[in-house]
Amino acid sequence: MPGMGGRMSTVIKAKISRLLDRAEDPGETLDYSYQKQLESLQNVKKGIADVVTAKKRLQMQSQKLEQSVVKLDTQARQALSAGNEELARTALERKNVAQTELQSLDQQVTELEAQQEKLTESEQKLRGKIEAFRTKKEVMKAQYSAAEAQVRISEAATGVGEEMADVGLAMQRAADKTEQMRARADAVAELEAAGTFDDLTTLGTGQDDIDRQLAELSSSSQVEDELSKMKAELGQGSGGGESKQLEEGQGS
Amino acid sequence: MIVRISNEGQYRIDDALHGRLNDLDDAAVAAVEADDEDAFHEVFEELLDLVRKEGHELADDDLEASDVILPPADLTFVEAGEEFTGDGLIPEPAESAG
Repeated sequence: MPGMGGRMSTVIKAKISRLLDRAEDPGETLDYSYQKQLESLQNVKKGIADVVTAKKRLQMQSQKLEQSVVKLDTQARQALSAGNEELARTALERKNVAQTELQSLDQQVTELEAQQEKLTESEQKLRGKIEAFRTKKEVMKAQYSAAEAQVRISEAATGVGEEMADVGLAMQRAADKTEQMRARADAVAELEAAGTFDDLTTLGTGQDDIDRQLAELSSSSQVEDELSKMKAELGQGSGGGESKQLEEGQGS
Repeated sequence: MIVRISNEGQYRIDDALHGRLNDLDDAAVAAVEADDEDAFHEVFEELLDLVRKEGHELADDDLEASDVILPPADLTFVEAGEEFTGDGLIPEPAESAG
């Protein structure tokens, strides 16, 4: 293949040649190639399953955070109506952090969905090529002399090999991204484990470190805005419209 | 000429388009060298669109190898630095047929 430059082309070429190296006689090439192709298809299926698992995990994380956001909002209101502004501010800071994480998680879930779709398409395409190869190899066996069959088979195998290598690259990229997302999700889980998104009333003293980190993480102006909005709401409605939400919060 | 867009598929391109593809390829290299990320993405998108629009997608039972392999559309600028160097990915068109 003349004129192929670039790192990806090099990677793909290397993969193809590794695939073809083992071929010595046409019969062996055929069987070896076909067997490799089927193995590769299995790997693609595994890759897709991994993406689905990662997606489910992020979705669960996202649901948990959604609950935390609702809970912290309710707690902020409760704290404020009880006159504890400091506690309300802390709750809103945490809610802010949880919301930011939630947005990022939802975006990641969308990305994973797109990857899953793309890999599924690739799998179908590869399946089509492998099927074509299977048909062609029977024709080659029957119609061509050994020497000619050798040439045609390696051409066809190169074509399938390129498709496989390309799917392989796509899976590698998907795996890299999924790994980054997993690290991020783990970090959120750690925050959760540290009690960051937990019921504020269960927190004792000595939470200074978490509070300091949260204050750094959350944009304080946003928190202040929300706090004054909440104050206004509570001041105007004096409990009327909010009592339902408060009760819900206490019930959960 | 057969061009593959990574993670998308293969397209058969009329040889008459080789010049235009090569110009965009060179522009992508220039953008990478100038460290101009926006310009790179613009040129790269244009390059991919030209292939998608003017090329004919190969059927699934077509087992031909590609002459050129372009990176996937979600290529990052950092990755672009490893792809678009020197003469780029599209070979310079030959002076005469051959």
